[in-house]
Order: sequence, then structure tokens, then C-alpha cells
Amino acid sequence: MIAIIDYKAGNLTSVKLAFDALGADARITSDPEVICNADRIVFPGVGAAGAAMRNVQDLGLISTIRNVVEKKIPFLGICLGTQIILDHSEEDGGVDTLGLIPGKVIRFQPTDPRDKVPHMGWNRVQASTRHPLLANIPDQSEFYFVHSFYPVPDHPENRFAETTYAGATFAAALGHQNIFATQFHPEKSGRIGLQLLENFTKWTPNRSA
Amino acid sequence: MLTRRIIPCLDIHNRKVTKGVKFQNNIELGDPVEMAARYYEDGCDELVFYDITASAERRPIDIEMVREVAHAVRIPFAVGGGISGLPDMERVLLAGAEKISVNSLAVKTPHIIREGSRAFGAQCIVLGMDPLAVPNDPRFPSGFEITVRGFREHTGIDAVEWARKAVDLGVGEIVVNSVDADGTRAGFAIPLTRLIADAVPVPVVASGGAGNPQHLADVFEQAHADAAIIAGMIHTGEYTVSQIKADLVKAGIPIRQTW
Repeated sequence: MIAIIDYKAGNLTSVKLAFDALGADARITSDPEVICNADRIVFPGVGAAGAAMRNVQDLGLISTIRNVVEKKIPFLGICLGTQIILDHSEEDGGVDTLGLIPGKVIRFQPTDPRDKVPHMGWNRVQASTRHPLLANIPDQSEFYFVHSFYPVPDHPENRFAETTYAGATFAAALGHQNIFATQFHPEKSGRIGLQLLENFTKWTPNRSA
Repeated sequence: MLTRRIIPCLDIHNRKVTKGVKFQNNIELGDPVEMAARYYEDGCDELVFYDITASAERRPIDIEMVREVAHAVRIPFAVGGGISGLPDMERVLLAGAEKISVNSLAVKTPHIIREGSRAFGAQCIVLGMDPLAVPNDPRFPSGFEITVRGFREHTGIDAVEWARKAVDLGVGEIVVNSVDADGTRAGFAIPLTRLIADAVPVPVVASGGAGNPQHLADVFEQAHADAAIIAGMIHTGEYTVSQIKADLVKAGIPIRQTW
């Protein structure tokens, strides 16, 4: 069973529908017990980092998330979920986040007024490493993005794929061992996004790490 | 590079897709869910659905249809029409839509933008606007006045002023639907679209007037639109989404080419 963690940060219907389309057993939940017993974890989210961190805390999910990551359960972050697994976000005046991967989250600062924020739409993603979750996805495939802040992992080995926007080349996908996290929305990225989610349903991190 | 989005627009009337000119003489074109699935398979980047009679008939939006669309496509889609407040917005989002488009409602009660943006995020709230050219009228410095209720009512509000105010209130995107170009298939309203696109820091979607692929190339290059809405030119079968995309690629426009 795949647990889609609900921490009151946005609407998870699309994530659930995408796994349904793949025939995977996915459940939206904020119950620590259900999450701990899941075979795979999806940590999605849209919205602001400050409120998201408060919700994760209020729901008692911080230790749960640390636990499943330590137990090496396959863990997929999406969008805000990806941002808050780093150490710190510039959003909401500065928020300390989960710190599962060293790095920070900063705002786009376009110098060209034609570069609009949020970065909204389909942008090209270039793999910087061979990763099982990017299998059968051609380089330079477009994925759907919608965000105003972007992740900056401290260590280059945590960057799995890159995208360029508004003068910044940022980590479109990042991770470490059993964590794979995307700034884009695979659940809204057509067939190519579904391929990534299907790869996730089959991923055995220990073998690939 | 961020690609320019092609967004088919489906106007829904009695659970059927319809097409009219300037909101008049609507004819039925097909089932919205089937058409959405077809355009998705053919490579459209996003979809937008307007329940065009929901407001006039004072009934809520067709949620079952939104659910069916969410099952049929794996790309973002927006829904507008028949939204009367936060509970409607929430229902639409929970049914699987990414975005809610507000138009007349936002003019009447601008705070709905702030409330929606705070509750669901700015990226969820799209402002639809229907500006009408009113040249040489000193009340409208931009030369365009906002109309509402399917172009039927004037508001006395300047288009650029309204766009800026809506961004301050928290919209994440603006759809500029030219009253003058709507349904003409003679090309987008280039000066109007550019005026709005250059005035706001959020993405702008051009709407109204698309008749051939060159019209889209023009609005991307000359009017700085981030996305373009198409309707009649594909609903009639004259063009397909993939054909339009191929032409735009040839014209050097950044376009999503694999799906």
C-alpha cells in the first residue's frame, strides 16, 4: 500500500487519481500508524512552507516521517513536499524545515520582467544522474511545474535532474538513498509523469543505492 | 525553457460542449469528457471548462462532470462558471481540478480572490476578464473597460487597473478574453493582451480570436502571452492540437513536443 501523506497542504485528489490510473493501491492518510505500515510513502503538497510545517507538527507527523525515511521505505516528495524535506525555506519570512536532505529553498528573482512568477507550466527536465525513477523517460522531457520558490540542495550528489527558469538552473529532482523528490508534478505531467510514478511503485532503493 | 501552453476551452451548456460567437447562437459540439480526453491524447497542455449557464441559472457547477474529467486526463485543468464562494471552490478542487476561474464574481466581490488565494494558494485562483475596447474614453486610461456576465454588463473599471488590483489580491494567473475578438477567429487581441501581460508579474493567458496556428505564434511573440486558449478552430475539426503544435515548433516557439 502507498500512503499519500495528508498534512492539510493542498489537494491530493490528483495524486490519488494518478496512482488509481496505474492500478496501485494508494491511500490518502494522516494517520501515523497507517503511514508507518505503508510499503511506500508519497509526500506531496502545495501552498506555503510556514503553514505546512505547522501542520506537519500539529498532526504529530515529524517523527513518523523521520522514521519511515530511516527505515528506508521508498519515499517520493512532490512540490512543497520536496521543499520541506530540505533544511530551510525563505518563504514566510524564513522557516526551518525537516532537514532530511541538506539544502535550502529560495525565491525566483527574475531580472527579465517577461519571466513570470509563479513558474507555471511545462518545462524541460535534464537528468544529471541515472536514477531508476527516471527510467524510460527521455532526457529533456517536459514536466508540469507550478511554484515560486525552488530547492537548492547543498551537495551536488543530491541533484538528480535540473531545470532552468528565470535565470536559475535548479534541482527539478533531488534525493538521497530511499528519497526521490521532484519540484514538478508527475501526477499532472501526462504519460511521462505516470511513467515516473510507475517507476516509483516498482522501486527498490537498497538495490539501486 | 518554459514552453508556451495551448489550452482548449470547453464551454459547457446542459452537459454539452457548445460554441457561440460573443455568447450568442450556441451550437452543441459534443460530450465534454470525451472531448477533453481526445485533446489530452493529442497533446494539449491544459484544459479549461466554463459552465456558461450555471451563473445565469443560479445553480452550482456540475461537479460530477469535473470528477469525470479528472479521471480522464492527467494534465491540469481549470473550471469556471457557477462559483459563488469558497465552498464551491473547495468542491471543484476536491473533485480534481487544479484551478478555479473567477470573473463576474471577482468584480462583484473582489475579496473572494484574497480568500481563495489564502485558502488554496494563489496558483489555484485564475482571474478571467472580459475587456472591451473603449478608445478615447478618459475614464479608461488603458483604452479597455471590464465587462461582466457574458459581456452584457459594463463595470466602469479599467482593464489594467483591475489586473493589477487582482494580482495584489492574490490571483496566480490572468485569462484575458477580448470581447472584440471573441469568436471572430480573426486573431487574438494583440495590443490588449500585451498591455496586460506587461503590466502584471503573473502568467497571462490570451483568449478570444484564435483561428489558425499563426494567430498563436503572433500572440506568443508579439503580446508576450504565456499561454493561449483555443476553441472553435479545434472543435470544428479544422485543426488538431498536434497540428497546431507542429506549426508553432516550426515557427520557433518553445512548445511541449512529447506526451
